[in-house]
Amino acid sequence: MEPRTSPEIGGMGHSVKRKEDGRFLRGQGKYVDDVVLPGMLYLDIVRSPYAHAKILSIDDSKAMAIPGVLAVITGKTLEQYGLHWMPTLMSDTQMVLPVDKVMHQGQEVAAVLATSRYIAADGIQAVEVDYEPLPVVVDPFKALLPDATVLRTDKEGKKDNHIWHWEAGDRAGTEEAFKNAEVTVTQDIYIPRINVASIETCGCVASFNKVDGKLTVWMTTQAPHAIRTVFALVAGHVGLSEEKIRIIAPDIGGGFGGKVPVYPGYVIAVAASVLTGKPVKWIEDRMENLQAASFARDYHITAELAGKKDGTLEALRFKTVADHGYTDAAANPSKFPAGLFHIATGSYDFKKAFMEVDAAYTNKPPGGIAYRCSFRVTEAVHAIERMVDIYAHELKMDPADLRKKNFIKEAQFPYKSQFGFEYDSGNYAAALDLAMQRIGYDELRKEQEEKRAKGELMGIGISSFTEIVGAGPSKHYDILGIKMFDSCELRVHPTGKAMARFGTKSQGQGHETTYAQIIAEELGIPSAHIAVEEGDTDTAPYGLGTYASRSTPVAGAAAAIAARKVRDKARKIAAYLLEVSEEDLEWEPGKFSVKGSPSKAKTIQEIALAAYTNHPPGMEAGLEAVNYYDPPNLTYPFGSYICVVDIDRGTGQVKVRRFVAVDDCGNIINPMIVEGQIHGGLTMGLAPALYEEINYDAYGNIQGGSLMDYLVPTSMETPAWETDKTYTPSPHHPLGTKGVGESATVGAPAAIANAVVDALWHLGVRHVDIPITPPKVWKLLADAGVAE
Amino acid sequence: MRINVKVNGEAREADVEPRLLLVHFLREDLGLTGTHIGCDTTSCGACTIVLDGKAIKSCTAFAVQANDRDVLTVEGLEKNGKLDRIQEGFHEEHGLQCGFCTPGMMMTSYALLQTNPTPTEGDIRVGISGNLCRCTGYVNIVKAIQYAAQKPAQ
Amino acid sequence: MIPASFDYSSPGTLAEAIALLQQHGADAKILAGGQSLIPLMKLRMAAPKHIVDINRIADLSYIREEDGHLAIGAMTREADIDASALIRERYPILHDTASVIADPLVRNMSTVGGNLAHADPANDHPATMLALGAEIVATGPGGARTIAVTDLFTGPFTTSLNADEILTEIRIPIAKVRSGGAYLKVERKVGDFPAAAVAVQIAFNGSTIASAGIGLTNVGATPIKAVRAEQALVGKAPDDGVIQEAARIASEEAEPSEDLRGPVDYKRSLVRVLTARALRQAIARANGGS
Repeated sequence: MEPRTSPEIGGMGHSVKRKEDGRFLRGQGKYVDDVVLPGMLYLDIVRSPYAHAKILSIDDSKAMAIPGVLAVITGKTLEQYGLHWMPTLMSDTQMVLPVDKVMHQGQEVAAVLATSRYIAADGIQAVEVDYEPLPVVVDPFKALLPDATVLRTDKEGKKDNHIWHWEAGDRAGTEEAFKNAEVTVTQDIYIPRINVASIETCGCVASFNKVDGKLTVWMTTQAPHAIRTVFALVAGHVGLSEEKIRIIAPDIGGGFGGKVPVYPGYVIAVAASVLTGKPVKWIEDRMENLQAASFARDYHITAELAGKKDGTLEALRFKTVADHGYTDAAANPSKFPAGLFHIATGSYDFKKAFMEVDAAYTNKPPGGIAYRCSFRVTEAVHAIERMVDIYAHELKMDPADLRKKNFIKEAQFPYKSQFGFEYDSGNYAAALDLAMQRIGYDELRKEQEEKRAKGELMGIGISSFTEIVGAGPSKHYDILGIKMFDSCELRVHPTGKAMARFGTKSQGQGHETTYAQIIAEELGIPSAHIAVEEGDTDTAPYGLGTYASRSTPVAGAAAAIAARKVRDKARKIAAYLLEVSEEDLEWEPGKFSVKGSPSKAKTIQEIALAAYTNHPPGMEAGLEAVNYYDPPNLTYPFGSYICVVDIDRGTGQVKVRRFVAVDDCGNIINPMIVEGQIHGGLTMGLAPALYEEINYDAYGNIQGGSLMDYLVPTSMETPAWETDKTYTPSPHHPLGTKGVGESATVGAPAAIANAVVDALWHLGVRHVDIPITPPKVWKLLADAGVAE
Repeated sequence: MRINVKVNGEAREADVEPRLLLVHFLREDLGLTGTHIGCDTTSCGACTIVLDGKAIKSCTAFAVQANDRDVLTVEGLEKNGKLDRIQEGFHEEHGLQCGFCTPGMMMTSYALLQTNPTPTEGDIRVGISGNLCRCTGYVNIVKAIQYAAQKPAQ
Repeated sequence: MIPASFDYSSPGTLAEAIALLQQHGADAKILAGGQSLIPLMKLRMAAPKHIVDINRIADLSYIREEDGHLAIGAMTREADIDASALIRERYPILHDTASVIADPLVRNMSTVGGNLAHADPANDHPATMLALGAEIVATGPGGARTIAVTDLFTGPFTTSLNADEILTEIRIPIAKVRSGGAYLKVERKVGDFPAAAVAVQIAFNGSTIASAGIGLTNVGATPIKAVRAEQALVGKAPDDGVIQEAARIASEEAEPSEDLRGPVDYKRSLVRVLTARALRQAIARANGGS
């Protein structure tokens, strides 16, 4: 992919080194916990040890006796202001602080406000809460039974724990297809809870100015504008008004979806600041983060495929129970409570498909999509790629051959899936072929045969995923009613430099570099001369933020369109300066020249100066543009990953020997940054595949509630990832680019799981739920009589 | 308790509670917020600094333990406006994304190269195994340290 | 995340430290590397009122062979044991052990003395010291006494040290000719405690095993000396059958509990597998290989 601009301009395709590095390398990043304001107070939170309990009393006398403890805020405090409950992003309701009962272990019960972090920590130890435990519901299937304890007693008339039912596809047609199929394959697949555990936890500094009524909140948020509007709607009745709310997302130490929800801690901190008129800082500990912040996954899927004996796939049917915790606080587009799970027909040309999802309340923390999942696409891809592999193995067909047989062909794009998505472009076979070539697939299969004969366990797993990102077209996509456009406001200064502000918010994706490259591509202004800003709602144009890999597809498009608007005006100015008509001008990056007389030209810098010093009569001065981009469709990155594992028959440990990832995200802005995203994404795919899991015992006690037991991979567990690319541009995106941030997390777990099952299939193993831990593997080996 | 700590070459004096964690002393008493906190069980390494030449987790030491000792934090890597080879390596090899683990990761790398100037990839991976990163998948961090190892120490 | 308040002393001599322990009794706790104590204090699972920091006491950190034993000062950091050429060459089982404790940052602070005195059944050194037949020196108001490591661990997080004693030295019998050892640990990830770990130290007399020490980590309330497995090796030429049998017996001597690292049968099987593997490696090292 040859760049069209010179390295000096640094447009698309150049691996421009990151502009944001300067401050991070020097320890001068400004994260929320680095914000220090005069008179700042500290908030710490008392949390429930019980998963379900009535609150009989809260005694704050000992806490209040500690010098430096200023207040203990409870649900009763907030109830006076109508702030004890708040809406979730899925239009459910969530407690900020409880008045009657708690519904998950780790839930906020009271908050201590103190003059120092250390005193606040002493304070929470001294608050005495009297609980009356209630029956706990942790199994979502049991939660949906008629005799289950009803959790949401706060909802008038609610007599069960069923949140919603959602379905898509052709139920009757699919049933027919299954009835008539030569082969059907069924498998229950459980994808457990995980927590994205960005190295920076969540927090905020809320600062309310009593004089002018302005609330400023520095917050770990991926979507600052949405937060501002939500705060205005939720707290309008206590005097907060949207023009007087400023949300600042400063540097953020990783988001991955975990910093989208509105956490109770934020709201309590805001309330405390409004009440005291002082800045209030709340930063959660890691254990609080693991035990209360938004989880991801927790899908119980019964998956079925139907097809022919020759390997032709025909129909797909999924039935899913979604464990949402005690309230639906996922952050999906409102029409799609199961997110984009219906991408599950994946890369394959199914003739019929149907799926249904039922969500259940349980006594667990709320959430659902906070781990780089593209709105439930990780779940969908895991399920389809496992099923395709099971189908292949049952037929004794090579899993690569089966995939190729069923891939949507290049000529079929744009492709309308059975679930109504129009895939923009794809070339699945090319990606798989490249992956197979890079890993030496045929030699590996030979090696596997030889090893198997000697009793050694080696497996090869493939994942050929289709991703779906860039939410989304206003026709179908909104969050709490706000459409999912995004925006760029671009200004070119007299000296030919530029500034661009966006409605998105990077948490490490490198927007200060990549957005500048897009504008450099369109205008020929060197990307080094383009300053990019995000995250301050007082200055940034409105946008829905950065998550679900939507920045490049949506805000990146806005940048291109805004830059093109600027270029259109620049053309008019150039025509005026050169005394020709616009049609007589030719554009190359950085300048307009007269056709046939290339020495008669004006650079973009000269044009910029003229916009302020010598603009055409009748035209407004200045050189700027805004674009709010409403994408016509989502984009569909894809890839093929192949993983090789060796299994230790004595310990059950799975070692990833090699992992080749071929990704296709269309045209690439910055290859270096894309590769970094893939490395990180793959590691976040490895983690749930082999290590990470959050479970609850029958009493709702968390297992895996600290980093001692929640196993985030180190450099030792993480293989040396091998990456490669194919390039299939998006026909509808102005830059042909698709977005890539989550692809690797989406595609990788199935490749690893498929490799393990492939290693063990001959022993009678057809499926293993992730995380595939050594004890799980050992048990399978022992049962098959081949454990060392 | 009165303590005297040399931080990034400068003598710093303060009166602190014995329970004050070294990381809080650096971040809040001295305003050196480059050192970060990522966990509460000594598991993540975001708080890594160099104490008397050894990379340690500053969240698992009291400030009083640093009395009369030498602390180097990320703010002390750059000398006379010139980035340390480690910082250069992280920039050139895209060894950071969100930047939150980066100070700790670089301090560990700095100390690693002091004791092992020519580490293998295996040595590097062992060396940084106490520092978690969620963004990079470690590949480019390894490359960053290999880059730095090729350059002379400052 | 924030410990409770405490008073702090940083004595410069052993005598001062011991006097402080006597003075404060059960309210006092020694701070060595702090990599076990401070995390507990941050979780407020430990809240000692008086911390006695012994890091400033001189001459407690050394590794030297003298008087028929390898003497290691209690304040020797794990990183120093890991880096010691003497230990790598002559006591590789100790290098194996030190190099898998926690992670390299923790190893820069944590001490071998602390690892033993803290007596967490999941700690690594105890099993190795049992396998080596080590003893420790405890220094108290009345002077120094030795305690065999087999008599040191009395329960989870409990040792036979008196409240006013400080563990000051570890003594390991000098490496015999034709001896070898290995420590193998299975952990869920680097930095974790083991699902199970096994230390094996053997010495040959001719072609048969003259002495064998086998220690098991984290498969009981205390570290376990697999005495019957050891006995099954002594006097035997270690062919495959002998190795497997000893390993099987060791797994029976383990008393694992089910936890997030695995169920009982898995851990027992791990002990068997790791004992066999460690034994093979110990034998190879005794015969001059690695």
